[in-house]
Amino acid sequence: MSKYSIHLLVCGGTSCHSAESDVVVCNLRDEIEAKGLSDKVQVITTGCFGFCGKGPIVKVMPDNIIYVQVKPEDAQTIVEEHVVKGRKVERLLYRDPKSNEIIGDSKHMSVFKKQLRIVLRNCGVINPENIDEYIARDGYQALGKALTEMKPEQVIKVVKDSGQRGRGGAGFPTGLKWEIASKNKADQKYVVCNADEGDPGAFMDRSVLEGDPHSVLEAMAICGYSIGASEGLIYVRAEYPMAIHRLKIAINQAHEYGLLGKDILGTGFNFDITLRYGAGAFVCGEETALIHSMEGLRGEPTIKPPFPAQSGYLGKPTNVNNVETFAAIPVIILKGAEWFSKIGTEKSKGTKVFALAGKINNVGLIEVPMGTTLREIIFQIGGGIRNGKKFKAVQTGGPSGGCLTEKHLDMPIDFDNLIAAGSMMGSGGMIVMDEDNCMVSVAKFFLDFTVDESCGKCAPCRIGNKRLHELLARICDGKGIPEDLDRLRNMSQVIKDTSLCGLGQSSPNPVLSTLDNFMNEYEAHVKDKKCPAGECKNLMEYVINAENCVGCTACARVCPVNAISGQRKEVHHIDPAICIKCGACKEKCKFDAIFIR
Amino acid sequence: MSQIKSLADLKKKREELRTGLINAIESKNQVQVKVAMATCGIASGAKPIKEFFSEQLEKRNIPAVVTQTGCMGYCYAEPTVEVKLPDQDPVVYGFVDLKRADQIIEKYIKTGELVDGIIPVNYLTIDSKE
Repeated sequence: MSKYSIHLLVCGGTSCHSAESDVVVCNLRDEIEAKGLSDKVQVITTGCFGFCGKGPIVKVMPDNIIYVQVKPEDAQTIVEEHVVKGRKVERLLYRDPKSNEIIGDSKHMSVFKKQLRIVLRNCGVINPENIDEYIARDGYQALGKALTEMKPEQVIKVVKDSGQRGRGGAGFPTGLKWEIASKNKADQKYVVCNADEGDPGAFMDRSVLEGDPHSVLEAMAICGYSIGASEGLIYVRAEYPMAIHRLKIAINQAHEYGLLGKDILGTGFNFDITLRYGAGAFVCGEETALIHSMEGLRGEPTIKPPFPAQSGYLGKPTNVNNVETFAAIPVIILKGAEWFSKIGTEKSKGTKVFALAGKINNVGLIEVPMGTTLREIIFQIGGGIRNGKKFKAVQTGGPSGGCLTEKHLDMPIDFDNLIAAGSMMGSGGMIVMDEDNCMVSVAKFFLDFTVDESCGKCAPCRIGNKRLHELLARICDGKGIPEDLDRLRNMSQVIKDTSLCGLGQSSPNPVLSTLDNFMNEYEAHVKDKKCPAGECKNLMEYVINAENCVGCTACARVCPVNAISGQRKEVHHIDPAICIKCGACKEKCKFDAIFIR
Repeated sequence: MSQIKSLADLKKKREELRTGLINAIESKNQVQVKVAMATCGIASGAKPIKEFFSEQLEKRNIPAVVTQTGCMGYCYAEPTVEVKLPDQDPVVYGFVDLKRADQIIEKYIKTGELVDGIIPVNYLTIDSKE
């Protein structure tokens, strides 16, 4: 086996790298060579440890000791003390900020590991196309336990006591939803899985369906048993071919084992699951619109009540839950309500999967206990902002949510705190923005999306959002007037108050929350006709600084629209009427002579 | 496949699979390679990486099982591959291109020497002790 007896793992993640972890690596290698240990000790650069706030991180294997905030000059100490003499370097161990206790070994890993994977327990672990691997990891045990050892009411009680709330966005208690559906008497009931993931930048549900499809099937069967339904439907968007492919394989395999179909596990319980494909309309994530779409009707929402639990698919009581909600159910049944309810905050239990995207170093799929702070998510797990830029805001809840700013970084994230802060949990997309993002443009981007996705049934959403979008476009073009800002707010409020469904009721949220948090940017656009972030093209002008320009003609040659004129060795000039603000000249200039005004 | 007729059957099946699936690989001293192949992993080039491991491990006479798995969560480091040597904890490698895949086989799988690009496990699981 390995000729090396000691490995030094140095984090080479972007955040640690910018704190000179590469120099740490060089110094460690030099020290090891100087001590003549090159054939015994190996230094390896790794990806992110998810503990970026305390980087650079050095982990010594096989001792499992973690050193934090290691500076290049510490390399010598680590080699001399730890590698040669086998003594821990206390100074570099992590100290708990509260107790000041030294935590250096893997026994206290929860300090270093902010993530807890419940929903994602099998994702990236099992082969999703092989039911045996799922069964080997306790798959379908929860269904077996529910069917043979529990009454339907007991199953509902466990889910209720666990405190789980729907992960689709609204956060309605799952157990209560099941209870309502179970109490409505009918000859047929339905269990529906909402896999119509539509938020821009969200991919949690797709990852679960592609990585662990059986967990959803098992949970749907458990739900069917507890509410008295024998049929399940998964509404999945046709844009997710891989998810559909793996779901089909999973359903077939479950049938072959008799874990779906008639008389499951000899208990007399029948349950079957079929797939329904959505064409990708955002509004179909709303449960009434989703049900209409499954019935072959237009995907339009209708007024509640009646709730689907009373009259849903084909007029029968229907329970609709999101993919992530279902995926946690088998664990809740097996580990118990108490185990689950110990995780999270007082009113939001368990974990939440987030899709981290935007201007962040470690774009990825993460799962953290409710109550984790934005700072931990963005700066520890996410590795901070790309290219060392400054954090500006994070959009949660997609086009229905709002943005959170620096003042919200230390707020524990749960359903209620996010709403109090003017945003929402949504399905779990998190788009991180830095100083270069113009918040007016961000609001316009999300409104672009809702204008496209509005089903057109009710006027406030169809017409109001369009007008709202026009106002924002005008402001970004530099044609806004001060009255527009009041108009934005009033119109947003009316759309919120009078729209029929969740889409319209929440579509002005990005506008309202950016108005609340970034009024100064709106004012700069309207009053000074400036875009502070430099994103709105019509509000900027590329200008050549006569002092720096040497007349090399490089900019004129690269300009795609010939907007730059000037003789060789003379100061050049950009014609603002022709310039399309592509920025090619600024990039090309070696003399820093071109700037944005 | 035979049907599973009761909870007892299911439990038996689980035990069989655990000893069968997992121990079989260990007892044969097989190397286990898992390639993250959700849509995004495949889009980042996971398929040729999986083929490379399957072909080359066979060609180089290393007993191994190469399978696909779902998203490992490290989108920024795709394609990602998990390698488990017999009797050792699995190690995840990120940014795996054909060159790194070759290094992983030559260095890590053949000699146990670690290769750059390891992604440390940064999460707890439902079975974690704490």
